[in-house]
Amino acid sequence: MTTTLTPAPTIPLTHGRLPRWAPALVAVIAIAAAGLFPLLLGWGIVPWVLVSVVFFIAGLTVWAAVVETRRSAIDSMVTALVWTAFGIALVPLVSLLYTVVSKGLPHINSTFLTYSAFRTSLDQPIGIYHAIIGTLVITLCSAIISVPTGIFAAIYLVEYGKGNKLARGITFLVDVMTGIPSIVAGLFAFSMFTAFFGAGYRAGIGGAVALSLLMIPIVVRSTEEMLRLVPDDLREAAYALGTPKWRTITKVVLRTSLGGIITGVTLATARIIGETAPLLLIAGLTTRTNMNPFDGFMTTLPVFIYSQFQKGTKADFDLAWGTALILVIIVLLLNIAARVIGKIFAPKTGR
Amino acid sequence: MAKSIDVSDLNIYYGDFLAVEGVNMTIKAKSVTAFIGPSGCGKSTMLRSLNRMHEVIPGARVEGKVMVDGQSLYGANVDPVAVRRQIGMVFQRPNPFPTMSIYENVLAGNRLNSKKMKKAEADAIVEKSLKGANLWNEVKDRLGRPGMGLSGGQQQRLCIARAIAVEPQVLLMDEPCSALDPISTSAIEDLIHELKSEYTIVIVTHNMQQAARVSDETGFFNLKAAGQPGHLVEFNSTQKMFANPDNSDTEAYISGRFG
Repeated sequence: MTTTLTPAPTIPLTHGRLPRWAPALVAVIAIAAAGLFPLLLGWGIVPWVLVSVVFFIAGLTVWAAVVETRRSAIDSMVTALVWTAFGIALVPLVSLLYTVVSKGLPHINSTFLTYSAFRTSLDQPIGIYHAIIGTLVITLCSAIISVPTGIFAAIYLVEYGKGNKLARGITFLVDVMTGIPSIVAGLFAFSMFTAFFGAGYRAGIGGAVALSLLMIPIVVRSTEEMLRLVPDDLREAAYALGTPKWRTITKVVLRTSLGGIITGVTLATARIIGETAPLLLIAGLTTRTNMNPFDGFMTTLPVFIYSQFQKGTKADFDLAWGTALILVIIVLLLNIAARVIGKIFAPKTGR
Repeated sequence: MAKSIDVSDLNIYYGDFLAVEGVNMTIKAKSVTAFIGPSGCGKSTMLRSLNRMHEVIPGARVEGKVMVDGQSLYGANVDPVAVRRQIGMVFQRPNPFPTMSIYENVLAGNRLNSKKMKKAEADAIVEKSLKGANLWNEVKDRLGRPGMGLSGGQQQRLCIARAIAVEPQVLLMDEPCSALDPISTSAIEDLIHELKSEYTIVIVTHNMQQAARVSDETGFFNLKAAGQPGHLVEFNSTQKMFANPDNSDTEAYISGRFG
């Protein structure tokens, strides 16, 4: 046996690399090349962008394949595809925000915000004060109904029910409730209030009940997730100090997950604040400001937008766009509040 | 204040599964008792049944008797919460409350039970407990900082301070050093030596040197065979266990020939 060990051939650790500005250069060339079509064939901007994207992906991949390796060519292609998908996802969002802001902003002024849509004479300016009040009152009422119900249900599921039949049943029903169409919630509230208070009963509280049907499952789900995130170590630590179960839940489990729970509740609120269909059924439509959820019709921002589009004149559309912007701003503020509150109550690491 | 514990014919079940069978032992007051044995032989289960912590796991139950100074822990009218106030526990992984400062963590046992106390009284308890846990000098200038900001060893000593702040009569420790480096381990072992003068301590450990260093008496648990319940093989003074055990299995385990 005289075989000598031949050393394995050295694997090269280096290969050609595209310069850092390569994607930018390819992008410019792709846009310019695709620009020939609009110039010569009179295409619009959308096909121009689409062709540019295709040219960009193809160009970058081929160039990377020539200069670099096969793997980095695939890497370039997939990276470009991911960026494209991201861009496509962003288009409707940016477009929506732009449209709402550009069409709504000119109509927002102090009259718009402080007058109701109720006119005593034809030349009187109108606003959306009644709809802002309606939205705030109805949303607050549904939060008052849903937040305690949802949080207590989640506490039962996580702390007491742990896998028993009742808990599994509730979890299933909550999942089903997440999916019920909002109009069905509105019909439920309508028939419930008809059964209790006679035919044709319409008031803000009915809308709040309908909305809480939509809100409760979201609150239960998000709170449940947050409570499950609290490590059992902490529960055991509290038990070992001779703490009763209910105090462990209120002072350790809820306190630790408070930030997440508040975030979940705020996001659930943001989700229901834009509901229209159930409120059309049960809360009615009015041009007057009504602060009392138990008596009389109540209009919210989305319902007001809907009714303005129904009317169909230029002035009505303007009001609707302004209202839409206010609604978007309210949802945005809720989201920011959720983030801030979540940060404030998050457990501190001290590092 | 320290109390002795008498265990007789103790069987511990998880649902239908018999985890630990037929344990008899007497844990002396003001001494350190170590439980050793291979993984899964029921040491921790046994320890947790001494302050009814195993009941936290659904389906866990116990047959037999555990008497603490003549009072049965499993009597009909015994409140597990009251038991745990007298028999504290320190866990394998340090688990300070993440929402609380160092100061609040030490007082957690009192605060969680809504005990009203004056500021001076609370300060005194915090200082006494942190000194008792050998942590005072390291944290006295940052009591308001979060407990999670401490190192692992400091967190574990914080948990010990939290456990002794409610002045229990017995302190159970479930592998308190297994997540710690040698220096923190040595700090905690020193602490166990000091605590012994006031508390009855029961410690579960995988580290035989540790059992030999800190304990006065040792119990060796083992499985008869895989799938069989764990049982107490031998319970003797630590000196005798490590020098000249009665049981050949104990000798084999301690000398490292199995397990």
